[in-house]
Amino acid sequence: MAKKFSVVGKPVIREDGIDKVTGKAKFADDYKFNGMLHAVMLRIPCAHAKINSIDFSEIQNDESVFSIITNKDIPGTKKVGVIKNDQPVFCNEKVVTPGDVLGMIVGQSEEKLRSLVNKIKVDYSTLPLLTDPQKSLEPDAILIHPETKSNLIIHHPLRKGNVEKGFTESDHILEQTYTTQLIEHAYIEPEAVSAIPLGAGGIKIIGSIQNPFTTRRIVAAVVNLPLDKVQIIQAHLGGSFGGKDDTMCILAARAAVAALKTDHPVKIRYTREESILESYKRHPYILNYKVGFAKTGKIKAMRIDILADGGAYCSMSPFVTWRSVVQATGPYEIKNVHTDVRAVYTNNPYTGAMRGFGSPQPIFANESLMDEIALRLGMTPDEVRKINGLKEGSITATGQRLKNHDVNLLNVLSTAMKNTDFKKKWINNKKKESQLGELDLSQPVLKDSQYMNPDQLIKKGIGLAISYRGCSLGAEGIDAAAAYLSIQNDGSAYLLSGLAENGQGLRTTFSIVAAEVLGISHEQIFYLETDTSRVPDSGPTVASRATLMGGGAVKNAAEIILDRLISLIRKEWKLKKKDEIEFKENKIFVNKNKISTFPDLCKLAANRGVNLATIGWYKSPTVDWNEHTGQGDAYFTYVYGCHVAEVQVNLGTGEVYLDRITAVHDPGTVINKLGAEGQVYGGVTQGAGYGIIEEVTTDRGVIREQNFDQYLILTSKDIGEIKPIFIQGKEIFGPWGAKSLGEPTLELTAAAISNAVCNAVGKRFFNLPLNLEEIVLGKKLRPEEIKRGSLQ
Amino acid sequence: MKVNFTLNGKKVQAETAQSIRLLDLLRDEFNLTGTKEGCGIGECGACTVLLNGYAVNSCLVLAAQIDGSEILTIEGVAGEKELHPLQKNFLKFGAVQCGFCTPGMILSAYSLLGQKQDPTEEEIKDAIAGNLCRCTGYKQIIEAVKETAKEMHAGSYTSVNDKR
Repeated sequence: MAKKFSVVGKPVIREDGIDKVTGKAKFADDYKFNGMLHAVMLRIPCAHAKINSIDFSEIQNDESVFSIITNKDIPGTKKVGVIKNDQPVFCNEKVVTPGDVLGMIVGQSEEKLRSLVNKIKVDYSTLPLLTDPQKSLEPDAILIHPETKSNLIIHHPLRKGNVEKGFTESDHILEQTYTTQLIEHAYIEPEAVSAIPLGAGGIKIIGSIQNPFTTRRIVAAVVNLPLDKVQIIQAHLGGSFGGKDDTMCILAARAAVAALKTDHPVKIRYTREESILESYKRHPYILNYKVGFAKTGKIKAMRIDILADGGAYCSMSPFVTWRSVVQATGPYEIKNVHTDVRAVYTNNPYTGAMRGFGSPQPIFANESLMDEIALRLGMTPDEVRKINGLKEGSITATGQRLKNHDVNLLNVLSTAMKNTDFKKKWINNKKKESQLGELDLSQPVLKDSQYMNPDQLIKKGIGLAISYRGCSLGAEGIDAAAAYLSIQNDGSAYLLSGLAENGQGLRTTFSIVAAEVLGISHEQIFYLETDTSRVPDSGPTVASRATLMGGGAVKNAAEIILDRLISLIRKEWKLKKKDEIEFKENKIFVNKNKISTFPDLCKLAANRGVNLATIGWYKSPTVDWNEHTGQGDAYFTYVYGCHVAEVQVNLGTGEVYLDRITAVHDPGTVINKLGAEGQVYGGVTQGAGYGIIEEVTTDRGVIREQNFDQYLILTSKDIGEIKPIFIQGKEIFGPWGAKSLGEPTLELTAAAISNAVCNAVGKRFFNLPLNLEEIVLGKKLRPEEIKRGSLQ
Repeated sequence: MKVNFTLNGKKVQAETAQSIRLLDLLRDEFNLTGTKEGCGIGECGACTVLLNGYAVNSCLVLAAQIDGSEILTIEGVAGEKELHPLQKNFLKFGAVQCGFCTPGMILSAYSLLGQKQDPTEEEIKDAIAGNLCRCTGYKQIIEAVKETAKEMHAGSYTSVNDKR
């Protein structure tokens, strides 16, 4: 029988909500300090150049300039990175991408500094550009970082079975190329950070920081201080989605260098243009898939070759592409798999972590491919997926047997189908499908036969996509998290975990977990400000790991306290072993009779000298990985999802209208219903934007869309109904089996929309986003050097 | 130059200059940091305030233009003891995640409800179409505004300015 929860699974109002609806919540730029200075960045409008000299003479005596900071002022490490130290804090030899910063000027008036920065004369020589990732591994390619001897950032191979044998056993072979685009996180709060010098040579940083412990490590290295002298405090974070990691580490380090040099608090805050220019993005992928399958629909072999544009710096590319290599086949059991995923350097904006993290790209490819297989065999999309889909005991592409949890893939699929009447709609739309007319761009005047009857202009389509996703970091690294819980003698409590609140509602989720264990109200728990000096390093708040790992740590902390209180009760009330103690509704029951209240018990504990403060810990089970064969137990558990998109396509303009998206997910146990639904609504909307409109384009490496007038994200008018459905599967890890949800909600949407568009218009599209250019024109209005993928 | 205006119900005076935007005046002179800057070009709506009852992007209004006007910011929305119904429903429906767009969202909705007692879903979407949100997908925001309108319509609140 399922455990009956008192708070878990109910809709709970977020802990930081009142401050956020009244304007009291302080975000990074809302902090001011006595004697505070601002710092403004120096850049050149060029993607690849050798810096010959920088002449500050025109501004250095200006009274608005308090200090000039360059590479020379860095006391410690001059190049940093979350994985590889290849990104200069300040460039002194060359720039490799237009976001690069050469130095900064510091003073009281940000406005004056911004006008002065243009008077600094930088003498530079432009270098040849590498913007096409497909050329980056050619023998004569220019090297972005010559010391690395190659533009290859990482290569992840995966070899399972014998693909050639699998292809010969197949009745059909299908080979396709897909491309996905560069996109921006578009958190509404631009980056901001302040560094405040502390006594004894320490430094305090307050900023819009996603991963305070990563930031601490990098700041400490740059200013050459031990970790304990660097205190990182996370301000309320105005959205991140993976985006406020590397960029914020570097910004915090720059602010720290300036603060220590000037002995003043120094703030850096970015305009939207600077934010888009300098921050990393989602990797564009070029994906080649070759699949062999039998008449029955059974897939025999899959060969996958993926190229990811890592841009100018390594950032998270090795881990992003590692998730891709694990999940590239999609959630299917395939005997023979041969996958290569490579990430390469170019002069393009650098790419790193973004919600989804290497999964939305292969899902777009493999789920398009599954629909193509279905169409070739005259099947419906669900049939081919049911034949190949992962089940309990299935072996994944990495050779991992799925066990110890409900493998709910086919369950989420059938639930989604039932809720949308999928099959009937899919078959009906397909009957009505009309092939899009081929547009001859050399003949701009249409012939009579090309005019469309207005009734036929709008076509309806329905499409689905399914996925499995490894939870938490997997074989990326050590995976553990901590939580600090301290119960006060009136029954109220302080709670803090080493993971960060990025807006997703982690404070509330963790408060619910602690409250559930102790039988108290989550409102009795005060969640402390995230601060690296008060709680152990818990790794980064990424990979949809917070509820699973941090929640596990909170539950552990609460259980430690609970055990101590139970021992106290047994002793004080002289209970026997068989007496049952229950903590419920802020009261204590023995054999269903109330003996005390939680506050009274805490007072008693204080009087008896019982320690009611503790650090909880949760460490993931071990995973293993062979980097030469791509085989191993990549993640300790998985989640499953299915999205069904119902769209209308305007054949004249290529617009895709999103009527309804049904999102079925298995996140294990839902802790906060309100928060979980919010994750689905938000993730689906971001995923839909990725599918139909979002794209960062570059011109000689320089981003064209530097603000929200050019870079479009979905508004309230652009998204139709979203229907979240949760299937709660059994799981042995995490708090009561709660696992990941944040990223699964985003990764499927674009693929489902693409399949729906194909269902509507009878034509397959191979490149995201599905906009006018892709659907109607078949070419980019603003040409890029990179050739778009195509049906081969 | 000096400007005199009403800020969250109180008459105030401030010294300003030509280059100062209403957004800067609110954040820097009055320390009302609930009004946020997200883009600086009137696209994201994070800096939305009410100017004589209408939602405006305060990054596009010069401080000098507001002489004699009434300005309402997020800090002036709640009553002395209790939250405004819009704020309550934003919390109840989960319309807040990171919270950066929330002040602007609430003020756009406030302006709508000041003009229309019983807006349709389309009208709600129109009213907040100038406020970008990257976290919520807008669904719970729309629900919260709808519910507030319904409560007001049912007479639980006589007007949007009734801060019970």
